[in-house]
Amino acid sequence: MTVRVYVPRETTAASVGAEAVALEIARVAKRRGDIVRLVRNGSWGASWLEPMVEVEFDDQRIAYGNIDVNDIESLFDAGFLSGADHPKRIGPTAEIPYLANQDRWTFFRCGLAESLSLEDFRSRGGFAGLEAAFSDGSERVIEKVTESGLRGRGGAGFPTGIKWQTVANTQADQKYIACNADEGDSGTFSDRMLMEGDPFGLIEGMLIAGFAVGATKGYIYLRSEYPMTQRILDKAVDVARDAGWLGNNIQGSGFDFDIDIHLGAGSYVCGEETAMLESLEGKRGIVRSKPPLPAISGLFGAPTVVNNIVTLASVANILRLGPDRHADLGVGRSLGTLAFQLSGNVKRGGLVEKAFGVSVRQLIDDFGGGTATGRPVTAVQVGGPLGAYLSDAQLDTPLDYEAFADIGAMIGHGGIVVFDDSVDMAEQAQFSMEFCALESCGKCTPCRIGSQRGSELIGKIRSGDNGADHEALLLELCDTMEQASLCAMGGMTPHPVRSALQHFPQHFRRQAEGKT
Amino acid sequence: MSPRDRELAVAIIESFDSKPEMLIQLLHGFVDKFGYVSEAAIRLIADELNLSRADVHGVVSYYHDFRTEKPGRHIVKICQAEACQAMGSRKLTEHVERRLGVELHQDSEAVSLQPVYCLGNCACAPAVMIDGKTWGRVTSERFDALIEQELNT
Repeated sequence: MTVRVYVPRETTAASVGAEAVALEIARVAKRRGDIVRLVRNGSWGASWLEPMVEVEFDDQRIAYGNIDVNDIESLFDAGFLSGADHPKRIGPTAEIPYLANQDRWTFFRCGLAESLSLEDFRSRGGFAGLEAAFSDGSERVIEKVTESGLRGRGGAGFPTGIKWQTVANTQADQKYIACNADEGDSGTFSDRMLMEGDPFGLIEGMLIAGFAVGATKGYIYLRSEYPMTQRILDKAVDVARDAGWLGNNIQGSGFDFDIDIHLGAGSYVCGEETAMLESLEGKRGIVRSKPPLPAISGLFGAPTVVNNIVTLASVANILRLGPDRHADLGVGRSLGTLAFQLSGNVKRGGLVEKAFGVSVRQLIDDFGGGTATGRPVTAVQVGGPLGAYLSDAQLDTPLDYEAFADIGAMIGHGGIVVFDDSVDMAEQAQFSMEFCALESCGKCTPCRIGSQRGSELIGKIRSGDNGADHEALLLELCDTMEQASLCAMGGMTPHPVRSALQHFPQHFRRQAEGKT
Repeated sequence: MSPRDRELAVAIIESFDSKPEMLIQLLHGFVDKFGYVSEAAIRLIADELNLSRADVHGVVSYYHDFRTEKPGRHIVKICQAEACQAMGSRKLTEHVERRLGVELHQDSEAVSLQPVYCLGNCACAPAVMIDGKTWGRVTSERFDALIEQELNT
C-alpha cells in the first residue's frame, strides 16, 4: 500500500532542512522497499515545528516535528509510516492546539493540500468561488465583497468592495489587476506562505477580481527575496494555464484573463502601491502623488485594482460560503480574519490566522508560548517597520484597525515581532529612522531629509548630548514627517520612534545617566 | 564587453522583446548571467530599449539588487531587520564579518556580504541567504557549517 508522506516545500521549512529531509525520506524508503508517495504541501504555519513531516494513516495525518535528516532512519525503524510512536511524534495534525485553535478562512488549504496539484485544489473547494462568481455576475460579486466587510490586508485596510466598484465604474479599454506581493515588512511572511502553500488560491482570487471589474490582465509583483516562491508561482501559473484556468475563454465562460509575474528588485518602498506601479512599468520605484487613485489611473494609466495577496485569496471563500459567513467573524469594522505572524523572540513562531478582536497578549502567550529566551517580553512591534512598539500595558488592546489607531499604532499586514528585556529601544528607534533613510524613494523632503536628521538626533540623544532639547526636536521632526510626507514611508516612520521614546524613555537616557 | 558577452546580453534583452517596461526584469537577467550590470551593459540596454543612458542608470542605481561592480564568487546576505534583530542578528553579523573577512557592503574575490531587510523567514530568525538559498535559526556555529557546505559545493 502506498503511504502518503507530507514534507512542506516552503521557504521556512527549507531554511531549516526540509529539502534534505524530503530527499532522505525518499532514499531510505526506496532502500527499505517501502512504497511512499512524497507529497509536497505548503507549511501549516507552525514554523517552530519545522521541518514538520506528516504521515497519512487511517485517514488521519500524524505529525512529527523538528525532523532532522539524522532522524529519518529511526523514524522508519519506529514504524512512522503507520503513525507509530517516536520521540519526535507530535500526534494528529488536526489536534495540535496551535493549529486547532485558529480561524482558518484564507489559509484553510495551506498545509492541507499538495501545493501544485490542481486536482487536490479542486477537491478542497478550489475554483468554487470563481464558479459562483460566474453565475452571480460581476455586479453581484462586488456587492458580496462589499457586504463581507473585507478590507485590504496589505496594511492600509481600505474596503475592497469600494476599490473594486471604482475600477468597475471607470470606463476603459484595458484594466488591470496588480497583485502586491512585495511583502517587505519585517516580521511578515503570510503572503509568502499563501503563495507557496496555496498558489491556485491566489490565482482564483485574481480571476474573480478580474471578472468583477472587467480586467483581462493581472500582474503579480513579487519581491526578489522570495526565490522559492517564484519557482512555485511560475509553475502554478503554467499548470493553471495548461488546464484552461488562465488564458482566453476560461472554462467556456467567455472570460479572458492571464497573469504575468514581475520581480521586484529589493526596494522596500515598492510595496507602496503607486511605487509598485512605477516599478511594474520598469521605472524607479518613486511614489506617485494621489490623486489620481490607481483605481482611476493606475498601471500604464489604466484603471487598476491594487490588492495584497491575502486580500485576493480571501475573496474566493466569500463567494463560495457567502459574505455573511465572513462578516460574522471579527469585531466592529474589522471583519473576517487576519493571518497574524508571530516572530522575533518568541518560542513558537509562525502563522496564526484568527478573527479580528484577539489581543496581542493572547497571540504571544497562548500561541507563541512567551519568549524564546524565557526572559520577559519588553516590547512588541506590530505592523512591520512602520508600526508602533507596544509596551506591556498595551498588549491587551484587541487587534482591530480602529482600536489600534486609537493608541497611535497600526495592525498593518499583521506582523508581530517580540523583543525580550535585552532590547535597547533607543537603538531600535534609531534603526527605524536609518531604515527610512535607506529606503526612502527621495521624492518628498520630510521623508528623505527628515529620516537622516532623525537618525542623527537619536544618535545625539543616545550619546547624552543635550538630551532633553534633542528629544523635543525629535518629536517636532516626527510631527513634520507624519503630516507632510507623501506616503506611509515617511508618514509612519514616526510610529516606532515616538512609541519607543514614549514607553521606554529610560533607554534613551542611559548615557546621560551613566548607565551604559 | 567581449563579443560573446555582448551576444548573451542582446539575447537577454530580446527575450523581453526589447520592451522598456521590462527593464527591471531584464536587469535581473543580467545579474543572473553576469553578476552585475556593467557600464557597457547600461549603454547597450539604453540603445536596445531606446532609452537614455540616464534612464537605465537611474533604475540600476535605485534598486539594491543591481550593482555596477563585479561581485565576489558567492553572495551572502544577512538579514538586518527587526525580527532577526530580536534574535541576535547584530551579533551574528559581527561573527559573519569576522568569518568571511569582509564587512557588510564589502566584497572580496570569494564573497560579497550584503545586508537584506527581511527574507520572510522571521519565525525562524535570524536568517541568512547564501547564493539565493535562505537559511534559518542561524547561530554562529550553524553559519560556519553552512558556509562550509555551500561554498564548497
